[in-house]
Amino acid sequence: MDDGGPLLFLIALAPFIGALLPGLMIRAGRTVCAISTAVPTVIALTMLMVLAPAVLRGEVIQAEVDWLPQLGLSASFFLDGLGLLFASMILGVGLLITLYARFYLSGEDPMGQFYTYLLLFQGAMLGIVISDNILLLLVFWELTSLSSFLLIGYWKHLPEGRQGARMALAVTGAGGLAMIGGMLILGNIAGSYNLTDILQAGDAIRSSEWYLPALILILLGAFTKSAQFPFHFWLPHAMAAPTPVSAYLHSATMVKAGVFLMARMWPVLSGTDAWFYIVATTGLVTMVLGALIALFKDDLKALLAFSTVSHLGLLTMLLGFGTQAAAVAAVFHIINHLTFKAALFMTAGIVDHETHTRDIKRLGGLRHLMPITFLIGTVAALSMAGIPLFNGFLSKEMMLEEASHTDWFSSPYAVPVMATIGALLSVAYSFRFVSHVFLGPVRDDYPHKPHDPPFGMWAAPALLVVLVIVIGVAPFLAEGIVTAAASAVTGADLHPHLKIWHGVTPALWMSVIAVVGGAVLLALHGPLDKIWAAAPRPEAKAIFDRLMAAIVALSRGITEIGHNGAISRYLAIFTAASVGLGWVAYASSGLSAPTRGLLPVEPVIAVGWIMLVVATVSVVVMHHHRFRALVLLGIIGLSISAGFAYLSAPDLALTQISVETVTIMLLLLALHFMPKLTPRESPTGLKFRDAVIALGAGGGVGALAYAFMMRDIETISDYHVANSYEGGGGTNVVNVILVDFRGYDTFGEIIVLGIAGLVIYALMHALLDGPAARRLKNTDFSQDRSRDRHPLMMVVVTRVLMPIALVVGLYIFLRGHNEPGGGFVAGLVVAIALLMQYMASGFAWTQERKRIEYHTMIGLGVVIAGLTGVGSWLSGSPFLTSAYTYVHLPPIEEFELATAMLFDLGVFLTVLGAVMLMLYSLSRIARFAGATVNEGPMDYDPGLKDEQEAER
Amino acid sequence: MEILVASSIGVLTAGGVYLLLRLRTFPVILGLALLSYAVNVFLFASGGLAIDQSPILSKYGDATYTDPLPQALVLTAIVISFGMTAVLVMIGLGAYLEADSDRIDIAAQDIEDTDDTDQTEPEGRA
Repeated sequence: MDDGGPLLFLIALAPFIGALLPGLMIRAGRTVCAISTAVPTVIALTMLMVLAPAVLRGEVIQAEVDWLPQLGLSASFFLDGLGLLFASMILGVGLLITLYARFYLSGEDPMGQFYTYLLLFQGAMLGIVISDNILLLLVFWELTSLSSFLLIGYWKHLPEGRQGARMALAVTGAGGLAMIGGMLILGNIAGSYNLTDILQAGDAIRSSEWYLPALILILLGAFTKSAQFPFHFWLPHAMAAPTPVSAYLHSATMVKAGVFLMARMWPVLSGTDAWFYIVATTGLVTMVLGALIALFKDDLKALLAFSTVSHLGLLTMLLGFGTQAAAVAAVFHIINHLTFKAALFMTAGIVDHETHTRDIKRLGGLRHLMPITFLIGTVAALSMAGIPLFNGFLSKEMMLEEASHTDWFSSPYAVPVMATIGALLSVAYSFRFVSHVFLGPVRDDYPHKPHDPPFGMWAAPALLVVLVIVIGVAPFLAEGIVTAAASAVTGADLHPHLKIWHGVTPALWMSVIAVVGGAVLLALHGPLDKIWAAAPRPEAKAIFDRLMAAIVALSRGITEIGHNGAISRYLAIFTAASVGLGWVAYASSGLSAPTRGLLPVEPVIAVGWIMLVVATVSVVVMHHHRFRALVLLGIIGLSISAGFAYLSAPDLALTQISVETVTIMLLLLALHFMPKLTPRESPTGLKFRDAVIALGAGGGVGALAYAFMMRDIETISDYHVANSYEGGGGTNVVNVILVDFRGYDTFGEIIVLGIAGLVIYALMHALLDGPAARRLKNTDFSQDRSRDRHPLMMVVVTRVLMPIALVVGLYIFLRGHNEPGGGFVAGLVVAIALLMQYMASGFAWTQERKRIEYHTMIGLGVVIAGLTGVGSWLSGSPFLTSAYTYVHLPPIEEFELATAMLFDLGVFLTVLGAVMLMLYSLSRIARFAGATVNEGPMDYDPGLKDEQEAER
Repeated sequence: MEILVASSIGVLTAGGVYLLLRLRTFPVILGLALLSYAVNVFLFASGGLAIDQSPILSKYGDATYTDPLPQALVLTAIVISFGMTAVLVMIGLGAYLEADSDRIDIAAQDIEDTDDTDQTEPEGRA
């Protein structure tokens, strides 16, 4: 049974792989392009025919490959009777359409694109009908929506095409979304997403309380796709597509996807009252309504589109009846509708192509000018009308037969009467198609002088028409495929007999009424048309457009509330939400009892606390004066450093105090170019809102910190303390953690710091190239308070301080492993020492004496740290394992050499390089802005002045 | 002591958030700086407070030590938050110099203006 599996995969893949061909082959000419499109289709069709005999015997061919088993998604395919029927329709008609489109498309149309879209669609459609996994089926389902969007909008220059494509995508896409929900529910009830499993679980599904939601959601998908009332309106608008697309997608295949799905799910979903009343009623209404509108459409393709809507309604209704005989009729009608409707679309396309109009009111009498087209069109239209000896008659009889004994809300007449009216209207518009286009006198005002098209163009519809007649005369020929498909739909072993003559039955009388009534109606068409035109009726497109506009307005409104360009609003929402979530977490679980006592407070600490609080409040109150705020910020930072020192964190205190210095310098440099005052522009209400949020956040975080501090928590630090000396070779546990235990983190962090430095450098360069450069040049930022910008005292002192500072930095670096200090702090201290030179002696003077670029320093630092880590591989240990030894050199005492120190050197260099690069970049801007350049050590040279005075 | 630290964290956070919600870049940077302090102290305090128990191993075996891990984390956090502040300062400065305004929000009018310029630009060139 699994013999055909690999072939099935190839069938599924062939169109997708083939879709690559036409786009390339168009360079070799239009005919080659069309042939290259036909090749994958022919291959797939051949393989399908190889599998067909087994399927017709009742076997099911399966193939499965796991894809995402966690999600229940597998690439599994199966081919049964129903799948075979649809797959051969898709591939067979696809082949005919390929031929037809070769002649239909004009030289200006990009044919490669067209065929690529067509094959994409063909693959997607094929995927739907042979998928054995409903998730996979959904993927293909959405793919058909997308590829049909491309095909409908193929003529991109036509607004109708674009609008129609959008509408089709919106409607079928929305339905697809609903269907995803329904399918997921179905899969959950059945416990599997495999179609074969779901089809076995019919009873469980129908008795589940989730049955109705799943049914409605899935039907929404099917109804939108198959253009059932009230979603029918997109199909006529999709007729803006080229006619081959209309013939292929909108009569033969895609719109039948909904019908296919209902047929596929028939064993699982049908048989309940809900199914009957929803599906059969919708089908019935759609059938009558579609036929009625079709009768009054003057556009040939619109007439056919509404007629398709009507026939899809007929199919839906048959499936909705839920009986086996109705299912047989539905399957049979799928075949028949395909043959005559595709032929009719192609006929309409030929007429349009030859006369340059599709307006029925401008046509007539074409039978003399286009005899072949006339013959094809007439046979197909008569079949659509349900005239004996054509295949449409057979399935319509079966439909009427089923309708004649169906009760609807205990009324035995409703369905038969409505079905007869539908059939009658169908006869009327079919006759109109023939008589108003082909019959009547020859006119002399066609937009273009018509004649029959070349053979290539009428070959495809002619073949379909031959099928119409063959099946119509000898229906038993179709029995095999109908039996296989109907058995697959119903899950029962059926043996239907398709015959022309069933005897004098109610259905026959209904048919007679329909044909006679239809002819009468056509005779009265002129006056009726006037009444129809005058009668008010809802315009679906206008409603749809209004609905879309309302949705767009709504979503725009929502977007503007939350995303209006005001960052402070996002931050306010974010902070308020965080505080709210924190409150929810607290309120829902509460706190355990505190396990620690309070530490005593010394008076000097209380003073420090008051300083911190006062400074913070002052920053907030006085933040409009930016310089003042910076000074206050410095006070806060210093208070915090002192706090760190008091609370047993000497390393933090050192780091904080040096970072504080650098930060304030950086902000001062930036402030040089920015407004010195912040305008008071927030309204009081906004301030109040922010104050509430801020107090909420502050209170929450403070309380959280307090709760934290009052409780003992389990910690891994004991391990670090215990192993710091033995394993890491250092007594400063914090430093050992940084360079050893968590060296990987540190390595990452110095890289981040280095990147930040480079980002600032790059930003500076971008700025100096952009419009900001002009503003910098033309604005005077200088606020000299003193003529002497590089005072002698400062210059001398910093020169003297420089070596001292460097030695301090070195000392801090070297002792870092055992005492407070280390690479981070040392880097910052040395950076400050260098910055002092920049400040005291000026940018240019210092820059000239710089021997190593700061980028290089960052790079060196990262490389040294990285190599140290890699070095441990040499001894077979993991990245960044440190080793150390003790060395004894005679004049000095015994000291320790550790690889960790080398790593710390990398940290040192990176920190130094990054900090310097950041401040250097800001100074560059200053210099660019026209700050005076001093090449000498001081602005004011006393010696020079003496000379000048002497000259006087 | 714990109350003092917790209240400091709270005050710093409140001040930071308030400044963060202002409309100009500079107060926002100040706010972020205050928030960084708050977060660093918070992290540090999460290991519990201790006085005179520096995590520097003593030669005398009976000493007790405070939790060194939060300190190591905060140490790098301080340096990284400096880097972040620096980048923000640079971006804020750049934005101010390019746009001649240090507002951090986009007024609805500005958005429309941009659209207009986009549309009229080709004509302007011609």
